[in-house]
Amino acid sequence: MVRQAQAESKYRTDENGRFAAFGGQYVPETLMHAVLELEKGFKDAISDSSFLREYRRILHDYSGRPTPLSYCERLSKTLGGAQIFLKREDLNHTGAHKINNAVGQALLARRMGKKQIIAETGAGQHGVASATVAAYFGLPCKVFMGAVDVKRQALNVFRMKLLGAEVIPVHSGNGTLKDAVNEVLRYWAAHSDDTAYIDGSVVGPHPYPMIVRDFQRIIGDEAREQCLKQTGSLPDAAVACVGGGSNAIGLFTAFLDDPVSLYGAEAAGKGVTTGEHAATLTKGTVGIIHGMKTYLLQDAYGQIKAPYSISAGLDYPGVGPEHAYLSESGRVDYKAITDNEAVAALLELSELEGILPALESAHGLALAFKVAKTMRREQKVIVCLSGRGDKDVKTIMHVLANHEKRGERL
Amino acid sequence: MTVRMEKHVTNAKTMRFIPFITAGDPTDEATVALALMLQSLGADALELGIPYSDPLADGPVIQEASQRALRHGENLNQAMRLVEEMRTQGLDLPVIIFTYANVLLQFGLDRFFEEAVSHEVDGLLVPDLPYEESRSLADQCAEHKISLISLVAPTTSDERLKRICDHAQGFLYCVSSLGVTGMRKTFHPDVYPFLERVKQVAQLPVAVGFGISSRDQVAELEHYADGFIVGSAIVAEVGRRAEQLADSSTRTAAIREIKLTLDQHLLPERVNHKPLASNEYE
Repeated sequence: MVRQAQAESKYRTDENGRFAAFGGQYVPETLMHAVLELEKGFKDAISDSSFLREYRRILHDYSGRPTPLSYCERLSKTLGGAQIFLKREDLNHTGAHKINNAVGQALLARRMGKKQIIAETGAGQHGVASATVAAYFGLPCKVFMGAVDVKRQALNVFRMKLLGAEVIPVHSGNGTLKDAVNEVLRYWAAHSDDTAYIDGSVVGPHPYPMIVRDFQRIIGDEAREQCLKQTGSLPDAAVACVGGGSNAIGLFTAFLDDPVSLYGAEAAGKGVTTGEHAATLTKGTVGIIHGMKTYLLQDAYGQIKAPYSISAGLDYPGVGPEHAYLSESGRVDYKAITDNEAVAALLELSELEGILPALESAHGLALAFKVAKTMRREQKVIVCLSGRGDKDVKTIMHVLANHEKRGERL
Repeated sequence: MTVRMEKHVTNAKTMRFIPFITAGDPTDEATVALALMLQSLGADALELGIPYSDPLADGPVIQEASQRALRHGENLNQAMRLVEEMRTQGLDLPVIIFTYANVLLQFGLDRFFEEAVSHEVDGLLVPDLPYEESRSLADQCAEHKISLISLVAPTTSDERLKRICDHAQGFLYCVSSLGVTGMRKTFHPDVYPFLERVKQVAQLPVAVGFGISSRDQVAELEHYADGFIVGSAIVAEVGRRAEQLADSSTRTAAIREIKLTLDQHLLPERVNHKPLASNEYE
């Protein structure tokens, strides 16, 4: 972790964890003790070299880091335009970047003397990562999951149970990810004395967006070094998908002060004009959710709207406050990618490179393809392949069958 | 501070009873009628909750009340009009608007204060705005003579407690237990040392909320606090009779039942010594 570089960047956060107008700690007084204690514990840990050594060692020995930076020769030739490189977070243990953060926060939980881990999950990826590290560290784990998601993601629910975690269905609200976050925060308020909450993305009250960023920036730090070593220069652009936005922040952080164009792909679902999307930065307005000020999907009276995306991991009504800031400051360009564009990109990568990406990551790919096509052959684009697509096979089968039935092309 | 807040809460001498109901639960008409019933039951202030899709500080009972109100499109604008209607029908208690920060933000602060003053709102409680995030709102409240109610919890450090108490207005809201609103049979034993700690620094009346659902609990609290807030225990009675309350032909009977239940199971007899205004719910 390159803390010094972060401290010198003009994009760094202020002392209170605010990203200009975004972020903050909009939580009930019952949670203030927990977030203040966590902030202190994290600052202490992150400046301790033995803590960082242990974090890196576990990611190396247990998760297989560093993950490769793979050049996609056939894909790049077929598309025309810039050369495409993939940062292979799909090759992590458990198949996605989520483990980077889960290892870091579990290590922090142990250091702070917590006896139990709690986490929220939408599609189940962060729940699986949390259950995994809980097993690794020998801590009991409760995963809060919307009741609707529990039904939709039965396989991941079973995976979490196999790993020894308890899955708690959340029936409040719409029974989806946002409600699971509310419920885990409520539980944490009552149990923070012995319980650590592992937040899965760069969202929530300060210090979470900062903690998750610092545990995910290993993605970009590695990618930057690998790109320099493998090609002799920096990439011209870097692209990642954005739900809450943890893999994107992980990739972007290393490049913020470099002459590298940065792009975030959010989910346009069935189209940003249909009302069925999760394009928070494209269509949202500023508000407060889950303890942070950020862009979100809401009605005129501030009630949170249900988002939609084919990809469960992007199906979130808010976005990390640092993304809200990077968008407003103009440093990162955020574009919305539809379900169909993502599925088409997924098929293309599978057929041309033998890599089946997660539907989330496929949004980043689709945007990268558009960007690459406008660039020259000698230029380079890095895409964060945040996860593998095995979990999405059923969804993709379903989509393709439907298209075939209607005689449509994607 | 408004004269109402000063007279009924801040400078009152008896144990203050502060009930909470959700605006529009189950209908606007029922909310107005419930407010008047609570006044006749001896309430000293009314907390009027604005329904929100993601109420972080609330347990299942108040979450469900929010959902009942949101289903027919209740919002802050309508809730403010309800206060006006309550005043027209004779409500003389201070009214505290309880709303999550996002609802207030989208409504617009200038618009909120303009309407709050014209509809005679006396207090504002924003459960997800801790001390650090509420400084500018506190200034605006003071400017409009509206009390911004502050919360303190058993986990609030001495240093924070002092800072919060120094800036508190109206009364101090002590959260009796960690977690969310909702009924609990007994208090955690830690609550008493906590209340003693608060009493030492508080310059305002200290009212206890979260988890109060029985007459015995209220009796216990009398030795430690100046008031008590009851939300879920009332809202649960409302929820149980949502259909009757929504129907104008059964509403009065349902409200009478709720009044009787609260009178028998929740309120200490002492609260009831105040002369009850005779009205249709007797």
